[in-house]
Amino acid sequence: MKHLISSMRIAFRALKVNKLRSALTMLGIVIGVAAVIATAAIGSGAKQRIQQQIASIGSNTIIILPGSLTSSGLRMGTGNAVTLSESDARELPAQCPDIALAVPVVRGGAQIVYESNNWATMIYGSTPRFLEVRELTVGEGAPFSQQDVDSANKVALLGKTVVTNLFGDVDPVGQSIRIKNVPFTVVGVLDPKGQSPTGQDQDDVILLPISTAKRKVIGIKSANADAVDSIMMQAKSGNQIQAAQDAATALLRQRHHLAPSEDDDFSIRNMEEIFAAQEASSRIMSIMLAAVASVSLIVGGIGIMNIMLVSVRERTREIGLRQAVGAKTRDILTQFLVEAVTLSIVGGCAGVVLGIAASAVVSRLASWNTVVSLGAVFLAVFFSALVGISFGYYPARKAAYLDPIEALRSE
Amino acid sequence: MPSLIQTDGLTKTYQLGEVTVNALQGVSVTIERGSFVAIMGASGSGKSTLMNLLGCLDRPTSGRYLLDGVPVEGLDRDQLAEIRNQKIGFVFQNFNLLPRMSAMENVQLPLLYSSDEGKDADERAKRVLALVGLAGREHSLPTQLSGGQQQRIAIARALINNPEILLADEPTGQLDSRTSAEIMGMIQQLNRTRGITIVVVTHSDEVARFANRIITFRDGRIVDDRKEQTLPVQIVEASSSSSPMEVSR
Repeated sequence: MKHLISSMRIAFRALKVNKLRSALTMLGIVIGVAAVIATAAIGSGAKQRIQQQIASIGSNTIIILPGSLTSSGLRMGTGNAVTLSESDARELPAQCPDIALAVPVVRGGAQIVYESNNWATMIYGSTPRFLEVRELTVGEGAPFSQQDVDSANKVALLGKTVVTNLFGDVDPVGQSIRIKNVPFTVVGVLDPKGQSPTGQDQDDVILLPISTAKRKVIGIKSANADAVDSIMMQAKSGNQIQAAQDAATALLRQRHHLAPSEDDDFSIRNMEEIFAAQEASSRIMSIMLAAVASVSLIVGGIGIMNIMLVSVRERTREIGLRQAVGAKTRDILTQFLVEAVTLSIVGGCAGVVLGIAASAVVSRLASWNTVVSLGAVFLAVFFSALVGISFGYYPARKAAYLDPIEALRSE
Repeated sequence: MPSLIQTDGLTKTYQLGEVTVNALQGVSVTIERGSFVAIMGASGSGKSTLMNLLGCLDRPTSGRYLLDGVPVEGLDRDQLAEIRNQKIGFVFQNFNLLPRMSAMENVQLPLLYSSDEGKDADERAKRVLALVGLAGREHSLPTQLSGGQQQRIAIARALINNPEILLADEPTGQLDSRTSAEIMGMIQQLNRTRGITIVVVTHSDEVARFANRIITFRDGRIVDDRKEQTLPVQIVEASSSSSPMEVSR
């Protein structure tokens, strides 16, 4: 132990003699470690953001969209058909034990007017359970009820962005707004959710009872008065998502009277699936950056080996003297290894600091999330120590096995 | 008690490219405890080679070497290092001090490699520095000191582990004659007052005169070995001046 401490003192002294040289030698390690830290920080930041976004949509959420409409051979794209209905939404949780909730959703855009202010926003029509599926909560006021849906009452829940743009400082609850010239009473304000994974403002919405939305705002589809734009449902738990999807598929095929040879007239997606691609691309990015970083670490290691070889040659006589006064092979080996490891660890620590600073700059300039994990820091320092040991070993061994007479005689 | 140094038919052969150099060709010599031996000879005569063997820096090609009764010719690197650390003190022509270490740290260097981990290292270093007349200079760097003072540090370093034997290879080679006499006087005092066995390699008669036995080498063999009674008595200049030896005792 005392040996190690004195070896470290010797090492620091030796490195201090050639400050510039030591600093330049460390540079490779510094850059490598900084790259590792920044990469890890950006990578886990991105992952964290995706997870937050998934959570913001509602965990275990599954979306069912109508299939594409084929009209005279022209396929119109997902969501254009009118194959999903409110009764589908009612039957899904009733028939499938893996499905906790399912709500019908209609969508449309409209201009909202409050006194002299107006604002264009997205309008959702659904049932009160929509709040549960999307994990929304009502901050001020109260949600509308099933009663409001049944009697098509003209009540509205506003998102925070809508409130800010229409009302400013006025308390919106109880106020009257006009949507397509129909007066609605604001019954509550939704708590803010922030951005969706696709960058949409999830607070720029108005939620209406589905019945009112269809009749007064969005309009009833002539083909099927029961039709909805989508059904959102929630699996009972994260690992029942697949089962819920399978059950929903089976039930909907049966309800839509599809022959086994026919394709689904709807499509089912879950959030994990949607973001898996995003996660995969960010993971590939991380791997590539990590590869670059490890190349930099290796280059740094070679730099250390180079400088240690120079150092051994320059200090041959010192080595000879130490041997003459009793230094054993192990003592010299330790001394030079400690020196190499000191170089690499000091470089590693500087790299950690630089990496954290770089992450902070990135998250400020590019407004990306970055998360510097303690694990990444330890790993980086551990790897730089490993680089020091592996690239310092050869020069240290060379020093340790010098012939004392030759060494003493050298200039 | 065995003789401190006893060699029997030591040979050392080097291979320099194609050429085989027989540096030592059967050297048998016995050096008693407490003696002061000078080894003389022209360069290439084998005196330095013998010195390296006696100092356990090198191993003989053949022959026996008993140091303090222990055969050392077959020991490995680390065992030899241990012996150098414990039993031998080296003094070099070019001092071989580490330039960025203080006098104190230079003197303590052998303790770094001692198995006792250098207990009361500071006190021991101060004591040997005082012994060589450098009390108060503990924190000076070698570059701040004169050549004579630097060699005194080197001698203090050689003494710190209380060695049996002090091996000096041209210890005054880089010093002027006055300083040489001082250093040799000090070495002589160490021999007389502390009983340390001294072996000095030199080509200078002035230096050899301090010894009580002179061994002369030529072509890897001992050609002359004269003991004290045939040597002129040398009264040391340094001992009459204010020698630090008296102060320390």
